[in-house]
Amino acid sequence: MTAYWECLRGIVLREWLRFVLQRSRFLSALVRPLLWLLVFAAGFRAALGIAIIEPYDTYITYDTYIVPGLACMILLFNGMQGSLSMVYDREMGSMRVLLTSPLPRAFLLAAKLLATALISLLQVYAFLAIAWVYGVQPPAWGLLAALPALLLVALLLSALGLLLSNGIRQLENFAGVMNFVIFPLFFLSSALYPLWKMRESSEWLYWLCAVNPFTHAVELVRNALYLRLHVEALLICAGLTVLLTLLAVASFNPQHAALRKAG
Amino acid sequence: MNALEVSGVGFAYGARQALNDLAFELAPGRFGALLGPNGAGKSTLIALLTRLYDLQQGDIRIFGHSLREQPRQALRQLGVVFQQSTLDLDLSVQQNLAYHAALHGMPRSAAQARIDEELLRQDLAERRHDKVRTLNGGHRRRVEIARALLHQPRLLLLDEASAGLDPASRLALGRHVRNLCREQGLCVLWTTHLLDEIEPSDDLLILHRGARVAWGKASQFGDDLATSFARLTGDEALGRGHIREALRPNGGRGFSRELFDIVDLASKAPPIPPTDSAKEPQP
Repeated sequence: MTAYWECLRGIVLREWLRFVLQRSRFLSALVRPLLWLLVFAAGFRAALGIAIIEPYDTYITYDTYIVPGLACMILLFNGMQGSLSMVYDREMGSMRVLLTSPLPRAFLLAAKLLATALISLLQVYAFLAIAWVYGVQPPAWGLLAALPALLLVALLLSALGLLLSNGIRQLENFAGVMNFVIFPLFFLSSALYPLWKMRESSEWLYWLCAVNPFTHAVELVRNALYLRLHVEALLICAGLTVLLTLLAVASFNPQHAALRKAG
Repeated sequence: MNALEVSGVGFAYGARQALNDLAFELAPGRFGALLGPNGAGKSTLIALLTRLYDLQQGDIRIFGHSLREQPRQALRQLGVVFQQSTLDLDLSVQQNLAYHAALHGMPRSAAQARIDEELLRQDLAERRHDKVRTLNGGHRRRVEIARALLHQPRLLLLDEASAGLDPASRLALGRHVRNLCREQGLCVLWTTHLLDEIEPSDDLLILHRGARVAWGKASQFGDDLATSFARLTGDEALGRGHIREALRPNGGRGFSRELFDIVDLASKAPPIPPTDSAKEPQP
């Protein structure tokens, strides 16, 4: 058991050191949601007020509404970037070092996913701190209650990223996946607008948003931030996390990438 | 019990057979050299030995542990230095080594003691807090060897470990690894495509187009290993300049004495353009 703990500690520590050393990555991960909050939301604030909806107790401004979605956006980008680094690692060889460990491969990959998720959480909380200063202030306990929800969402999106990276032949192909995965997941969700607003404009768009797992991730985090538990979102996110992790670990095989390259 | 037993190993990338019914074994404490031109199947064999690829045919045993049936026990006995550097350039020497020790589940205090020991032995103790990026190629290789030995494996694989090093560093690296063999009883499998890295006392396996073309003590190949190698691997090896490699200044130690014959042989060889089919996908 000690061996597993030491291994997990080592993998998380390495991600932490890389994170500390790559401050520009940290800053760019923050700039994206901050632009949405400080520029996009500020523009829409005058035009859009959000009626009383769960989990809010009162009318809220648009910037208050989009903060949970933007927090999840950080996790979405990081999950995909994490898998990008897995493709890079696979090509550059540091993945080979990981795989020479005698511990089970499934454990190593799960530890790597957890390490990526923990680092993402730091970025989310940095964003929430800035949003707090800006004026979006959920209950203080809500920030704590959101921690497990954010961790679950981070794991869900990292597992999705790993699953996608298993199917990617090489680095260049990843840009396409970013466009075909990140943007549809983000825009077809409740991150930027409540689903009932979407339903007013288009029924089929509403249904696309309603079945999008990212919508459930955002709602889980939104409710947790305001000290509510969204049971349906929790069950969907937890179930998907387990399923995607199993699929990602089962389909992880560097040999497939080599065979595809050769073919 | 053999340190390494490769029996009936075959591997294909789709329709192309990269390894074909390969078999050899290495006894503990031996220095085994695996020699072959590019595309011979060396990297594929290393990928199989390190379990990056799954075995398709045959089996590999490391100190009796089958990679098919007991992969974890087998990997515990194995230290690896990969062809491409796999160090984190922005982390320090100490941080790189501690990461590897953690991957092997070593408790921190034991890991630190082993790191101190290996750094001292590799003459790198004073560089422990330096970022790897600041080290030269020879020192980086030493860090990788220290890393590969941290968990005290009994079999060390070095995949073209001398690639990219200057002649003096190459020589020093070879000497260093042979010392480890002698002093620690470590078994080493050293892959290379350079003839001058082979010494008469080594066990030598010549691999060509995925098949074993020769296997025995290097001294059995006579003084002129270069000619034997050319004969065994055909024109392709000549066309790719392996003979010329052996004739470089500082090269050809031990085996390439009959220079005139080899120069003659090499000059008559028709230049062969590299083809895609000869390329081995890099794992």
